[in-house]
Amino acid sequence: MTIQQIQIYLNERSLTAASGTFLHELKQQQCPDADLLIVNGYPCLNDQILADQDRIVMIRRGVPPDPQELEALMMARHTPGVHARVKNARIGIAGAGGLGSAIAIALTRTGVGFIRIADFDVVEPSNLNRQQYFIDQIGLPKVDALRTNLQRINPLVSIDVFYGKITAKNLKELFTDVDILVEAFDAADQKAILANTFLREFPGKYLVAASGMAGYEPGNTIRTQKINEHFYLCGDNMTSAGPGCGLMAPRVGIAAHHQANAVLRLILGEDPAAKG
Amino acid sequence: MRILVNGNEQQMTDHTNIAALLEMVGVNPEQVVTEHNGDIISPERYGAIHLNEGDTIELIQFVGGG
Repeated sequence: MTIQQIQIYLNERSLTAASGTFLHELKQQQCPDADLLIVNGYPCLNDQILADQDRIVMIRRGVPPDPQELEALMMARHTPGVHARVKNARIGIAGAGGLGSAIAIALTRTGVGFIRIADFDVVEPSNLNRQQYFIDQIGLPKVDALRTNLQRINPLVSIDVFYGKITAKNLKELFTDVDILVEAFDAADQKAILANTFLREFPGKYLVAASGMAGYEPGNTIRTQKINEHFYLCGDNMTSAGPGCGLMAPRVGIAAHHQANAVLRLILGEDPAAKG
Repeated sequence: MRILVNGNEQQMTDHTNIAALLEMVGVNPEQVVTEHNGDIISPERYGAIHLNEGDTIELIQFVGGG
């Protein structure tokens, strides 16, 4: 039996083609400027006949996809329904250090619609051991450097930044229009002030905080804990940063991604601290 | 009197408050979130909130790093 028509996916969009269509034929019809053709995950140097259900990506090297195409590419990577909910979410991140910069990147890649990041610091050389900045960004305010990096990943995400200290006073104004706040500070007393203030000011919003991620203890001791309906805590609750126990990229990254995953699960109506 | 602190029984003298409890268990009041019977207590009220027999206290202590 021969199939008259085949269904294929070109740049994540469904397309019907005549059975026996060649790859280069499709390129001429759809993306004549493309210089890289990927079929089912493998770059193709030679022409070939396309098969039903093939997934084809055509890229023009160095040229970013237009926003509409990018949105289609991102949507295709999500379970139906997830993309829309994630896109409507509004998230605040207090602190743009090792935790905050990694959380912001994870949420940007996930396609969160709006992220507000607040931090008072500038990028220093010692930050590069764990924070998501580059050597040529040393000296820049972290929020500006981070916004640049996030826009390079996903320009569809709306990024708002505040360069300054978060205080008990301005916190209410800063995060009144977010659904979930991520605490990503460094100092224990600042973490406590933020948690105490936010939880009392915004009893209906969620707080995802972190405590204990220094050193190179096992990654498995870092977990997500439910403190109450609106308050989740990620980390090992113990390992503080100090002389002989510095902050390092792997464990800080594990804690940061526990926080990012807790945010994603809250957006999707799942319990962040559910047992596997 | 007895109260529950993070799920563990703690023997306390009567007429005590949250500030005294934190000192007794060695918790820095500037690095903690305190839940008293399910309510988060503002740090400036730690000296004013008196504890009663059977009260439940959850202490969420932060350590530095991020």
